Amino acid sequence: MWFDRLLQGFIDTFLMVGVSSLIALLVGIPMAVILVTSDKGGIYQAPLLNRALGAFVNLFRSIPFLILMVALIPFTRLIVGTTYGVWAAVVPLTIAATPFFARIAEVSLREVDHGLIEAAQAMGCRRWHIVWHVLLPEALPGIVGGFTITLVTMINSSAMAGAIGAGGLGDIAYRYGYQRFDSQIMLTVIVLLVALVAVIQVGGDRLARGLNKR
Amino acid sequence: MTAAIQRRLEIPEPKHAEKTELHPELNRAHVRFIGLGKTYAGRQGPVAALQGIDLAIQRGEVFGIIGRSGAGKSSLIRTINRLEQPTAGRVLIDQVDIGEFDEDRLVALRRRIGMIFQHFNLMSAKTVWQNVELPLKVAGVPKAQREQKVRELLELVGLQAKHKAYPAQLSGGQKQRVGIARALVHDPDILLCDEATSALDPETTQSILGLLREINRRLGLTIVLITHEMAVIREICDRVVVLEHGRIVEQGPVWEVFGNPQHEVSQTLLAPLQDALPEELQSRLHAQPPSPGAAVVLRLQFTGGTADEPDLAALFAALGGRVKWLQGGVERIQGHALGQLLLAVSGSSLSTEQLRERAGQWAQRVEVLGYVV
Repeated sequence: MWFDRLLQGFIDTFLMVGVSSLIALLVGIPMAVILVTSDKGGIYQAPLLNRALGAFVNLFRSIPFLILMVALIPFTRLIVGTTYGVWAAVVPLTIAATPFFARIAEVSLREVDHGLIEAAQAMGCRRWHIVWHVLLPEALPGIVGGFTITLVTMINSSAMAGAIGAGGLGDIAYRYGYQRFDSQIMLTVIVLLVALVAVIQVGGDRLARGLNKR
Repeated sequence: MTAAIQRRLEIPEPKHAEKTELHPELNRAHVRFIGLGKTYAGRQGPVAALQGIDLAIQRGEVFGIIGRSGAGKSSLIRTINRLEQPTAGRVLIDQVDIGEFDEDRLVALRRRIGMIFQHFNLMSAKTVWQNVELPLKVAGVPKAQREQKVRELLELVGLQAKHKAYPAQLSGGQKQRVGIARALVHDPDILLCDEATSALDPETTQSILGLLREINRRLGLTIVLITHEMAVIREICDRVVVLEHGRIVEQGPVWEVFGNPQHEVSQTLLAPLQDALPEELQSRLHAQPPSPGAAVVLRLQFTGGTADEPDLAALFAALGGRVKWLQGGVERIQGHALGQLLLAVSGSSLSTEQLRERAGQWAQRVEVLGYVV
C-alpha cells in the first residue's frame, strides 16, 4: 500500500514536472529567440516588443512560486476547470517555468559569437536561417544545461504545489512525513527526490557535454 | 558576368552611368566607391569612420587596404557586402548601386561575394563538411549538387581527410582553409578577406596567402583584403590604398607605394620591413670626416624606377676605392627591383659629393649617412 502510494506520488510529480517543463521548452525557446533577436543590434530589431516581452518575463520571474500559485487560482479554474490535482498544478508550474527557462536560454543565445552571425549574413543566410542554422545549434549545449536547471527547479516547485493539494511526492512528504511525524516516509521521499534530481542532472550534463563541440 | 548578375537579380540598367564615357576604366570597375562615408553615433557626438572614399577596384585584381587599427578598414570592406551600411555616398558592384537592395537582392548579392575572417567564424557545432555545405543548404541547392561542390572545394583547400572533424579539432591554418572553402562554395566573383592571416603564424600565413594567390589566378576572382601587415600586401596584392582616420592617404601599385611611400602612415607601416642601420655602426658614425682616410657610408635606395637589378661590379668600379657592403638587399615586387644597400667607401679618389652623384646612376635615391673610421 505504501509502495502504491509512493509510486502514485512519483508518477504525479513526474507528470507535473514533465508537462510543465515540456510546455516551457516549447514556448520558452521562441521567447528567448525573440528576446535576443529583437534587442538593439539584433537581426529582428524591435525595441518596443523587446521591452514589453522583457517586462512580462521579469514580472513573472519576480513573484515567489507559492504566491503565484495562489494568485493564479481563478485563472487555473478557468483553464482546467478545477483547482485540485495534478492538472491544476501544471498551470502555475508552466507559467513559472516558461519565463525562468526563457531567461536562461536567452543567456545561451546571447553568448553566440557575433562573428558567426556576421559570417552567416555574408554567406547569404536569411534571418530565419540565422536563427535555425546558427543561433540555435550554437547555443544548444547551453540551452540543454538551462533546461536541466529548469527541470530541477520545477521538482522543487512541484513539491510546493503538492502542499496545496496537487498530489505528488511533495504532498506525501507533507501529509505523512510532516503532519503525521512519519520520518520513514519523509526519508523515503527525500531519497526518491534526490535520486530523481541526480538522474536528471547527470543526464543533462552528459547530453550538454556531448553536444558541445567547442 | 555583369549581364548574368543583372539577370539573376533582375536589376534595371544602372542609373549612375554619368562620367563613365570619359573614364572607360571606371565603367569596367568591379567595385566602385563614390564619395563613401560612414558616421557612427558616438558618446561624444558623431564619429566619422569613413570619409569621402573614392575608389575603383578592377575585375580580377588583388586589392589591398592597409591602415592602423581604427583607420576604417573593417568598415570599408564591409560596405561591399553591406554588412556595414554607409551613411553617405554609394557602392557600385558591376555598375549597380547596392544601396537600396532589399533582403532578397542582398541575399543574392552576398552569394556572389565570399568573405573570410580573422577569427574564421566557423560554426562550432558543425563539422568541416557541414560548415562548407551551409551556404548551399540555405540557398536550397539539391543534395547531390551540394555534395559534389563541397567535395570539390575541400579538395581545393586540401582538407578532404578532415571533413568529419569539428573546427575545434583543427589548427588555425586549417580553420582558415575551411573558411576559404565556405567562401568559395557559391563560385563568387569577389572574395573579401578581413585580416584573414592576422591570427596565424608566419608559416601558415604564407601558405594561406599562397592559396589565395592560386585562387585568384585559377578562378580569376577579384580579391579585396584588409590587413595591418605590409608583408601581406607585398606578398599578394596588385594595388594598395592606405587608410588613416577614415580617409585614403595614399594609393597606387604595390611596388610604387613600397618603393617610395609618400605619407607618414605608409612609412610607419613599412618600417618593420626595412633594414635599420645596425646599432653598432650607428654608434661609430660621425657627421664630419674624423680623419682624412675615413670611409663614407652611403645608403642607396632602389624604389623600382628601373626594371633592372643594380650591377654591383659596375657600381663598385664607378665608386672606386674599397667598397664594403654593410647591409641591404634587393627584392622584386611586381617586376620592380626594390630595396636598399648600405655601403662604406674608403680610399676613393672621389669627393663625397661625387660619390653621391655616381651612385645615383644606379640607385633612385642616395643618402650620405656619415663617416666611419
